[in-house]
Amino acid sequence: MTRYDVAIIGGGVVGTAIGRELSRYKLRIAILEKEVELAFGVSKSNSGIIHPGTQHSPGSLKGRLCVEGNLLTRKLARELSIDFKEVGELIVAFNEDEYKRLLKLEKDARALVVPGLRIVDRAWLKKNEPNLSNEAMAALYAPTAGIISPYRWVYDFAENAVRNGVEIHAETKVENILFKKPDFEIISSRDNFLARYVINAAGLYADEISAMAGVNNFKIRPRKGEEFLLDKKKEDLTRHLLFPLPSKTSKGILVTRTSDGNPMIGPTAEEIEDKEDLSTTEDGLKKVLEGAKRLVPSINANDIIAYFAGLRPTAGDDFIIRHEDKVPGFLNVAGIQSPGLTAAPAIALMIVEILKNNGLEMKKKLVFHKHRKKEFHLFAIVPEKAKGLIQKDASYGDIVCRCEMVSAKEVREAIARGAKTMDGIKFRTRAQAGRCHGSFCTPRLMKLLSEEARMPLAGVTKRGPGSEIVKKERARG
Amino acid sequence: MVKRDLVVVGGGPAGMAAVIAAHENGIRDILLIERDQYLGGLLNQCIHTGFGLDYFGELLTGPEYADRFIKKIRAIPDIEVSTRSFAVRLTGDRTLTYLKPGGIFTVRPKALIMATGCRERTREMIHIPGTRPAGIFSAGLAQRLINIEGLLPGKEAVIIGSGDIGLIMARRFILEGAKVKAIVEIQAKTRGLTRNVVQCVEDFGIPIYFNHKVLKIYGKNRVEKVTVAEVDEGMNEIAGTRTTIECDTVLVSVGLIPENELIEMAGVPIDKGMDSGIFVCGNSFKVYDYVDSVTSDSEKAGKLAAEYIKSAVS
Repeated sequence: MTRYDVAIIGGGVVGTAIGRELSRYKLRIAILEKEVELAFGVSKSNSGIIHPGTQHSPGSLKGRLCVEGNLLTRKLARELSIDFKEVGELIVAFNEDEYKRLLKLEKDARALVVPGLRIVDRAWLKKNEPNLSNEAMAALYAPTAGIISPYRWVYDFAENAVRNGVEIHAETKVENILFKKPDFEIISSRDNFLARYVINAAGLYADEISAMAGVNNFKIRPRKGEEFLLDKKKEDLTRHLLFPLPSKTSKGILVTRTSDGNPMIGPTAEEIEDKEDLSTTEDGLKKVLEGAKRLVPSINANDIIAYFAGLRPTAGDDFIIRHEDKVPGFLNVAGIQSPGLTAAPAIALMIVEILKNNGLEMKKKLVFHKHRKKEFHLFAIVPEKAKGLIQKDASYGDIVCRCEMVSAKEVREAIARGAKTMDGIKFRTRAQAGRCHGSFCTPRLMKLLSEEARMPLAGVTKRGPGSEIVKKERARG
Repeated sequence: MVKRDLVVVGGGPAGMAAVIAAHENGIRDILLIERDQYLGGLLNQCIHTGFGLDYFGELLTGPEYADRFIKKIRAIPDIEVSTRSFAVRLTGDRTLTYLKPGGIFTVRPKALIMATGCRERTREMIHIPGTRPAGIFSAGLAQRLINIEGLLPGKEAVIIGSGDIGLIMARRFILEGAKVKAIVEIQAKTRGLTRNVVQCVEDFGIPIYFNHKVLKIYGKNRVEKVTVAEVDEGMNEIAGTRTTIECDTVLVSVGLIPENELIEMAGVPIDKGMDSGIFVCGNSFKVYDYVDSVTSDSEKAGKLAAEYIKSAVS
């Protein structure tokens, strides 16, 4: 049985950000993920917003880690070569009452030292956000809000962590945690592991993992959010991320866009019981359209090209990030819902401190590879730039996905970097993510996956065992 | 930048008819670009018969129909065919950029014919709620998987919509030993051709439900079932009519949309393109029922483009 200094349970943005941060130190680290690929849980259905910290109370972990995380994300995005776009957000007030609440939000945000805040008036909005509703009266402008690809962020953290020695075990579902002094023994669906410290970043299942270690002091309640993506043709629908005034349980129905340029409307916020319920609903679409049209009346349901539901792992009002003194060496990082994506790098730093304070000797490695080589996406560059790439590697000119302009080269590279499934390819390259929804590129992608990852065509899955794309290969005469 | 008399984008039935007609009308410097490795477009996966009755006076399969034009094109050295070539950008002055393995090219022809075909409407465009498991295919994708790739998409299918490809795929599933549990059409009658309803559905005893809609798709990893209900004139569910159909596959056949992204990019209104030497034909102009009409209309486009080129020269 392999022994690790630190085992991280959960390969989402929190687990991989922690793994990458800890990989600076002379530690043996493993990340255990139950799904076939990383980011296949909570992280994959995130809206991808790097929040400025405008919607949290000054004393909260959420507020502090969000503001810190926003700053850290910029630095890390450069190191790890991911596109981070600062687009700014507007929290929009429609009447006097909302305007008063806006001033309160501004006050809280100032207490958290959110940079660049200001209240903007109707005339400013008209000029700078032309498609915003005429009913909008004023808005709180926070210029540091940005967008990032949530899954690529996870893959980049993970790739860099692996380069620095972290081991990743996918399809490894933790089934029990025993304490065998001085280590924990982690029993999983695949192998068993010994670890001196265990960090629980298991998202929706953090309460169950914690209970395995004997800590029963919180419950994860899934809160479903349905999101709807519009055609990239409508990329210029808005310039900023648009928010209504927040409610008690959510930031409301937003009009945002993904880092790849698709406008996105949503999410809903609905408390549910089933941690696996990722279905969208007729009612959800209705609510989202209603909320989004209040902000941008010209939004048209006919422009919807994709939708999905995600579950926020909530555990009360704030994040739970702590060493469980009752079970020395066991750390909970739970209830990481919004603004978890933003906060992840700050959470990782907080974990370093907690580990230090609880007896883990942390010596920096002599060599830490902080940079990750950038991969190219044809959709993100102008044709003139593509020329050089194609001259260097002919298969950049071999287009597989017509809607999003993804080449065979990018798909092969995604597979080499760890994509094992059709969703894994989609998240990394955008192939299948466009308006035809994979109708044209699916056969070619299946072949590439089959060739590169050496699996039979009938073994190609959407997102792991049980989700095979086809039922069988026909007998050939 | 390369100059040409005529460039045609798309080597399906429309593009092939257009280049041949342009050549017959005196144009000699022609480039046909096609993104697939073969000419023929979607005809290659339409292995059923039903093509050619109008144009050739005989009944052909899709590949046979395509082959007649492919042979003709091969016999004309003036027509340069560039396969695996993918148009990525078009501007209003007919400057076209395309990629192919190993290269990126820009060409500015005297006239351009866009014959880029159409795509299928998806489950997402009609907003069917539920989960997003494996097993949901557009009918055309299922057709390609079976007829070209030799893969069986599923064993028990429910087909949403009664477009022609969906009807044809219903029969195809049965012939491959799979089951078709139901065809669910929200309208009161089929949107497909009568001959397809008779030959692909009725002859095989496949249940087809008109005035019904799929309410929701279920299944975590793979499709498990759908719920279906009858609808009133406003397309709303009629209480008490809801049923569940177990299946592992959902085929979506709810219509086709012309693919005109490049022309939109160029900022040229599709009906005004001719003034600037950009012609559109085939399913990228409007969705046709019969390929024979695509051929005849696209021949006209080829002739018009030839006249445009000649008038520009003089």
